[in-house]
Amino acid sequence: MGNSQKVSDLSPQVFESLLSGSGISLQIGPFIARVRVEVTSLIDPLYRFYHDHPLLADEIHSFHLRLQPKRAFPRLYRHRVRFTVDGRKPHEDMPAAQALPVFEWGLNLVIALRSHSFLMLHSAVLERNGQALLLPAMPGHGKTTLCAGLSHRGWRTFSDEFGLIRPGSLEMIPVPRPMALKNESIDIIRDFAPDAFIGPVTRNTRKGTVAHVKPTAESVARQNETAPVGMIVFPRWVKGASLTLQPISKAESFMLLATNAFNYELLAEAAFLTVRDLVNGADCYRLEYSGLDEATARLNELAEANRG
Amino acid sequence: MGSTQSHQEIVRELLVTALDNPGAVASMTASELDLLMRVARRARVLGKLAALLREAGGLESLPETASDQLQSALVLAESRARLALWELDRISWALSDFKDGNCIAMKGCAYLLLDLPIARGRIFADVDLMLPEAALKDVEKLLNERGWRSQELTPYDQNYYRNWTHELPPVVHVEREVEIDLHHNILPRTARLKPDSHKLLKDAKRLSKGKYYVLANEDIVLHAMTHLMFNDDLADKLRDLVDIDGLLQYFTGKDDEFWEHVLTRAEELDLRRPTYYSLRYVRQLLGCTIPASVIDATDSWAPPAAIVWLMDRLVPRALFPPHPDYPSRLTEVSRLMLYVRSHWIRMPPWLLIYHLSYKLCMTRFRKK
Repeated sequence: MGNSQKVSDLSPQVFESLLSGSGISLQIGPFIARVRVEVTSLIDPLYRFYHDHPLLADEIHSFHLRLQPKRAFPRLYRHRVRFTVDGRKPHEDMPAAQALPVFEWGLNLVIALRSHSFLMLHSAVLERNGQALLLPAMPGHGKTTLCAGLSHRGWRTFSDEFGLIRPGSLEMIPVPRPMALKNESIDIIRDFAPDAFIGPVTRNTRKGTVAHVKPTAESVARQNETAPVGMIVFPRWVKGASLTLQPISKAESFMLLATNAFNYELLAEAAFLTVRDLVNGADCYRLEYSGLDEATARLNELAEANRG
Repeated sequence: MGSTQSHQEIVRELLVTALDNPGAVASMTASELDLLMRVARRARVLGKLAALLREAGGLESLPETASDQLQSALVLAESRARLALWELDRISWALSDFKDGNCIAMKGCAYLLLDLPIARGRIFADVDLMLPEAALKDVEKLLNERGWRSQELTPYDQNYYRNWTHELPPVVHVEREVEIDLHHNILPRTARLKPDSHKLLKDAKRLSKGKYYVLANEDIVLHAMTHLMFNDDLADKLRDLVDIDGLLQYFTGKDDEFWEHVLTRAEELDLRRPTYYSLRYVRQLLGCTIPASVIDATDSWAPPAAIVWLMDRLVPRALFPPHPDYPSRLTEVSRLMLYVRSHWIRMPPWLLIYHLSYKLCMTRFRKK
């Protein structure tokens, strides 16, 4: 796919007419998404966020997504947006002001529901020196913030949400997309990485205030390059805590990783074997932190120590 | 209308070609495969198609975005099958002291237990069981004592299930998600056709392993036909017609006298009409081979010619999914008419009016 066109090769006008017309085909990691968006407010953010993603033509798509404006009858002036996958809506229409999170969460949902050819870990994944770092965590444990932070301290981002791996392989598969920062994390990343592109802020969503960070150009340019897992770190942000990084046993890591996957039970034995091999092949730690500077510095040291 | 027609035809041809000759999928263009993935998913035959392709050895050689979707559908179907088998195992444990009737596994569960080719990649949600009507209450009680809970329903719905249908409200184990439907017949009490459940129960046969029973071969087919044509609105139910096609192919290959058994039994059980329709559409739409003698014999089971004319126009539009990029008003109308029909034949007019007006009031009321 080396000779493919990118979103950035299009002018904003052409992008708009394609996106709101018949749609565009975007390669996002192992997925090819057909995307059609007729919500005007969303076109510029998507142009910026997916600037470096390859555009394809005449493809077999993983999913066909569409976002259209809808006016809720009889309340004519409350604008809403409708998200559909192959013509069906997985949830009710949402307020138009939340169009961007609705689109990104919709994409998360369709990936989670349809991608059982992969084991899907609920994990941020980054790469440095050819080795992948898994950061599996529950929502609210600071996985996305840490991922966005590391991606501006020399790491290549695979995903802030999906640790994708084909059962039987040990290679993590990148799926670089905008990362959704919530509440206080937005300002933390603004201070931490002034050169990061952070999109419009959406307030009052079901997860509070949300803003997305664009994945780095390098992460997207190298999205076809997989990497084996070197380290698994279970992070947890705790207010005011001093940093601790402790090795944990294979058994505990196995349980933590298995229970964190989206589709462990669906894949059954194949999932068991894959998680076992992942844990056996990696160094496993638990990380508790409150400061992003400290945490990224510590993980960088760890990666450098692991290198030799 | 001309262009809508052709979109419909493209969808039908793609699905029929792929299911009939999976080898042809390899030579499809990217845009054909793209559409095939979408409509096969909608018609719930993506897993089936994946199983066929795996058997033919053509799954891995497809472009990754297609093989990933197919593989994913297989994983999903296999995991559902595993859950259903485990549920059957647990029910068997819960009913170990129950002696007052045979427990018959129906539909998806029967196909799995019999290891029929159509079970491969076939996705299904519920565990369907059939028991003598007199035993249902005891079975429900035993299950309730051992960790299953009957779905909480409004008094109206409770009454509807228990007095008018052929099943109890669904039962689900507190720690699991699989719904169990306990039936005492294959059509609701209120339906126009009245198959005799004693005959179905009497001819059921015990499986070589475990304590479950399945219906006689011809009854399995007749049940699938009745379920599709007389208990359903047919929307996107291509999968069910594909099942009937697969069942016919399998059983006629096993038993030379299978067709005779089907015909005799359809008369005995008062299921002539659904048999007529199913054979008509499985032949017309999927190209299933049916002996001329069978077609002749079932011709007298047809409704008036005008009804057949109308059904020929409605049924394909409902069974096959619409082209996802070109929704058609005609398809929506066809589906609505078949939805009304499915209720019309399921209950007498006075009950239908009562039931629909209640449902309408409830929807209005709940929306406030």
